[in-house]
Amino acid sequence: MAENNRAVLKLKEKFAASIIDVAEFRGEVTVTVAKDAIIEILSFLKQSLQFNQLTDLTAVDYLGKKEDRFMMVYQLLSIPNKDRLRIKTPVSEAACSIPTATQVWLTANWLEREVYDLFGITFDKHPDLRRILLSEDWVGHPLRKDYPLQGPDREPYKGRLS
Amino acid sequence: MATTETMTLNMGPQHPSTHGVLQLVLELDGEVIVKVTPHIGFLHRGVEKLSEYRTYHQILPLTDRLDYLAPMSNNLGYILAVEKLMAVEVPERAETIRIILTELTRLESHLVWLATHALDIGAMTVFIYAFRERETVMEIYELISGARMTSNFFRVGGLSQDVTDEFVKKAGDFIDSMPGYLDQYEGLLTTNPIWLKRTIGNGVISAEDAIDFGITGPALRGSGVDWDLRRDDTYGGYDKYQFKVPVGEKCDTFDRYKVRLIEMRESCKIVRQGLDRLKPGPVLAECPQVCYPPKENVYNSIEGLIHHFKIASEGFAAPEGEVYQGVENPKGELGFYIVSDGGNKPERMRIRPPSFVNLQAIEKMALGSMIADLVACIGTLDVVLGEIDR
Repeated sequence: MAENNRAVLKLKEKFAASIIDVAEFRGEVTVTVAKDAIIEILSFLKQSLQFNQLTDLTAVDYLGKKEDRFMMVYQLLSIPNKDRLRIKTPVSEAACSIPTATQVWLTANWLEREVYDLFGITFDKHPDLRRILLSEDWVGHPLRKDYPLQGPDREPYKGRLS
Repeated sequence: MATTETMTLNMGPQHPSTHGVLQLVLELDGEVIVKVTPHIGFLHRGVEKLSEYRTYHQILPLTDRLDYLAPMSNNLGYILAVEKLMAVEVPERAETIRIILTELTRLESHLVWLATHALDIGAMTVFIYAFRERETVMEIYELISGARMTSNFFRVGGLSQDVTDEFVKKAGDFIDSMPGYLDQYEGLLTTNPIWLKRTIGNGVISAEDAIDFGITGPALRGSGVDWDLRRDDTYGGYDKYQFKVPVGEKCDTFDRYKVRLIEMRESCKIVRQGLDRLKPGPVLAECPQVCYPPKENVYNSIEGLIHHFKIASEGFAAPEGEVYQGVENPKGELGFYIVSDGGNKPERMRIRPPSFVNLQAIEKMALGSMIADLVACIGTLDVVLGEIDR
């Protein structure tokens, strides 16, 4: 199924070396690609395959579960073709940065600032990389799995059963 | 030699026209805006982080509190994502009631938008009228769920309980009277010279820019892009309903106003179709691994009680995988991206907030306009800070 997807076929043709994995779950196609080629691939998808809107950009922390700790996730939408595609790329903790997608879609500006704020992944050449939801002097990145839910230096809340 | 310099002015976070705790730092040349820098996050509660520590059923009340003007629409987005992950089929009656309620929510949310937007521009009368009608929707909420705002009425697999005939009557009466009220608002605004002067040509954003900025919902359609998730990426049974998708032309505040008003009329039609389709039947899926048991069983049998206890305390284990579900909220595309590692809690839950993405465009929309026009820009984007900050 996923192999016959129009975008996947094109990507395989053009970026065969950079594709790590193609998966389909509940009718949604996810393509995992290498970090070095991410901007090239995103630009190609926008210019040649009409994925004109970046619906969402986020990250997932797989601390202790995967070799590369973070996974960047790009949700793309093609308004002319009524099509969605998810592009993922692994980011390791040691090299915790990725090129910015702001020159591809303007949406990426604030979304990348949020990922920087909550995950601590930096975006190379981002025009305005500041914290967005938390205050400038905040220490740590709350959506990382090793950041405690109740915040640092506080007793965990014991009011719930589970 | 005379020199000029720009002035920095702080607008918000406590300001009546910023619709919540939004702070805008303005750089002004006289009264003309040279640069807008929004500062957000004053209402950040860490909903995404909290979700990683709760079972799928326990997350639902958190979603009410995102866009608190459209709680049911948020609930719908979340439960559809979970239902997609669990591959649960929802009974037809539940699906119909969900659509009726989300469209009532759209009316409610748009009424608040109209009221506050008009108030910002100086039309106080509309504010009072629109809040009067909104009150009826709140009463309907209270009737079915017991709460006026944080309804928490939907469940994974259906609804928390069935609706009564009183609900059907009240909802029917409301949407029958709504077009008349909309005429009343339009009578006050659509041909009002002050309203026209304040909205025509204000906050212009072209279709290309709107798509590039990720704008969704009525703001995107106001810029002439014919895109509505209910029709183009359908979900929750919307494909069975007939409705028109209004599209603007001039990409300005007035066109966005027109789009939203037509949308309200279309919502009334959808609710009417839903009420006509309503047939007796179950409102919760037959899926004991995922859904709560019916209340009769919980109160009258030990098995039902055990079942309820298990679902309430332990929840259910979701298969490993990831899903994204976008829904057409009153503000734009609300998306839930859930990553499951096979446990009873999500590994990661991402909320794609429409207001957050739409607000970004204000930096462009307000450029070169006056401060008073910036207020109209905020109103027309229809942002809710509970959702922006999460």
